Amino acid sequence: MAEINMRQAISDALWEEMERDEKVFIMGEEVGVWGGTYAVTKGFYDHFGAKRVKDTPIAEAAIVGAGIGAALVGLRPVAELMTINFAFVAMDHIVNEAPKLHTMFGGQMKVPLVIRTAGGGGRQLGATHSQTPDAIFAHFPGLKVVSPGTPADAKGLLKAAIRDDDPVLYIEHAAMYQVKGEVPTGDFTVPIGVSKVQREGSDVTIVSYCRGLQLSMLAAEQLAVEGISAEVVDLRSLRPLDMGPVIESFKKTNRAVVVEEGWPSYGVGAEVSTRLYEEAFDYADAPIKRVGQKEVPLPYNRELEQSALPQVADVIAAVKEVL
Amino acid sequence: MTLKKNDHLEFYRQMVLIRRVEERSAELYQQGKIGGFLHLYIGQEAVSTGLISVRRPEDRVITAYRDHGVAINVGIPAKQVLAELLGKETGISKGRGGSMHMADVSKNYWGGHAIVGAHLPIAAGMALGDQYQGNKGVTICMFGDGATNIGFFHEGVNLSKVWNLPVLWVCENNQYGMGTAVERASAVGEIHKKAEGYGIPHSRLDDGMDIMKVREASAAALEQVRSGKGPYFLEIVTYRFQGHSMGDPQRYRQKEEVTQWEKTDPIGIYNRYLVEQEIATKADLEKVEEAVEAEVKEAVEFAETSPDPALDTLFDYMYTDKEQNHG
Repeated sequence: MAEINMRQAISDALWEEMERDEKVFIMGEEVGVWGGTYAVTKGFYDHFGAKRVKDTPIAEAAIVGAGIGAALVGLRPVAELMTINFAFVAMDHIVNEAPKLHTMFGGQMKVPLVIRTAGGGGRQLGATHSQTPDAIFAHFPGLKVVSPGTPADAKGLLKAAIRDDDPVLYIEHAAMYQVKGEVPTGDFTVPIGVSKVQREGSDVTIVSYCRGLQLSMLAAEQLAVEGISAEVVDLRSLRPLDMGPVIESFKKTNRAVVVEEGWPSYGVGAEVSTRLYEEAFDYADAPIKRVGQKEVPLPYNRELEQSALPQVADVIAAVKEVL
Repeated sequence: MTLKKNDHLEFYRQMVLIRRVEERSAELYQQGKIGGFLHLYIGQEAVSTGLISVRRPEDRVITAYRDHGVAINVGIPAKQVLAELLGKETGISKGRGGSMHMADVSKNYWGGHAIVGAHLPIAAGMALGDQYQGNKGVTICMFGDGATNIGFFHEGVNLSKVWNLPVLWVCENNQYGMGTAVERASAVGEIHKKAEGYGIPHSRLDDGMDIMKVREASAAALEQVRSGKGPYFLEIVTYRFQGHSMGDPQRYRQKEEVTQWEKTDPIGIYNRYLVEQEIATKADLEKVEEAVEAEVKEAVEFAETSPDPALDTLFDYMYTDKEQNHG
């Protein structure tokens, strides 16, 4: 084990996969000469060269579309969208092409494509650049959607995504690149579609992922001081969604809070709580609570923005409501 | 390449086969046996037949939703085309795709794409894959005039030049995007000139109803791409036939229609050419037509008697790893 930050974990995964397999290459805006807008691919261009680290025009449909095409003919592209907010202009290729081709042609085609992108708010980028629209993408069968909350999962999930024969949307959080954690040394993958208990507890189940996981872990620490034992389940993948550990935990604690950074309406919390009601209703001792972003486009002003984003205190308050 | 009599008869066969399959499809559609949309290739047979006749096996082909003709030209048997139209398990896409989504990867034919223009960036990516892996092939990407007004077109075409990709862009200008005439939808009337904006060499074939001219233009364009000069843009002007007597299976034998047919119908034009040039006799061509009639009859029977996909296969092919198909 070694303690590294999220940026390093993602960068290492890409580097190691490119070293391992000639078919893996990166394409996106400023991934090459610049070194990546979040410095994830710093040094890649010099090491791997222009063929495997391709700077693209600012044309997201071309980035994802060409990624699909290259994947169809045998490569394993990692197509990078600078932020998930730009994914909307490539929406057709992300949700209506990549996830459809394998099934629509009766299994003839495979699309081993990774779309790497970063989302999330809190960096004063205003309404168009601060969103967490993960649930929209997780809505579509055929696409896989993962969003890690720890450096170890970031590395293992990215490696798994690159080796996967289906299209995977890999969502990072733009404000989490400095987050540190223990990462196993050597080659390893984290399976897509497998949730994980990140902290054991007995009084309440907190379900979350990505930035929400960070909030949930901090909340669990503070709750422990007050004598409240929270179990934190990390979804890690939004599709396929592994409800197993969530339900198991809920059957034990009988209370749950779902934490996400995105808007709660039609969101991850809505999905998880509904499935809990459908599959474990008899175990519920209190209504399940959702914690998410206030239902408003995010403003620029720092205080306003922070007031709209979910905070550790919100998670703690929600837990106390369900106890 | 000097064409032999048999080559001509094969092209003629393909064109007549497309026509017959489309005519039968229209009937089956009227009978409610084909669902969804049905975009017929009637009238445009010379374009795809001529273009595909000069491709090599390593050249990839991808097209839009008017894809039945291309399917036949690349060698998908008529029975698999018709079975797909009827949604059968024996269809080329196992009944999952339908009219707009036919592909046969074993024949380097990549579909059949129904979102206007969306397959252009995908085509650029396929060419990138070939460039990356050192493959020789050219990606032939066909699309309609209507697709040249959407953003995907511009992103894909631009990328092909920026990366010098081996793509042949082929605009089949049938003069209407659905019901909207080119001049009402495109700022540039001569569509091939849009390539100018991306520094891509281009040309236009005004007579896309003559297969010999299509072959000549396509071969020259493909050669240009093969020579490593990057993408090329070819516009081929054609038109869709309306559902009038041109679709009548009897017309080959109705004298009063022959004059008109020989002037405007790609099959009639080719028929007259072959006879006038003494490449084939009327009897040769009638023999081809009869064989096609028989093949289509058999293909329809095959399609109609083929099984539907089993209901328990609903989730098959969602993910490549079947374990995850219920996630």
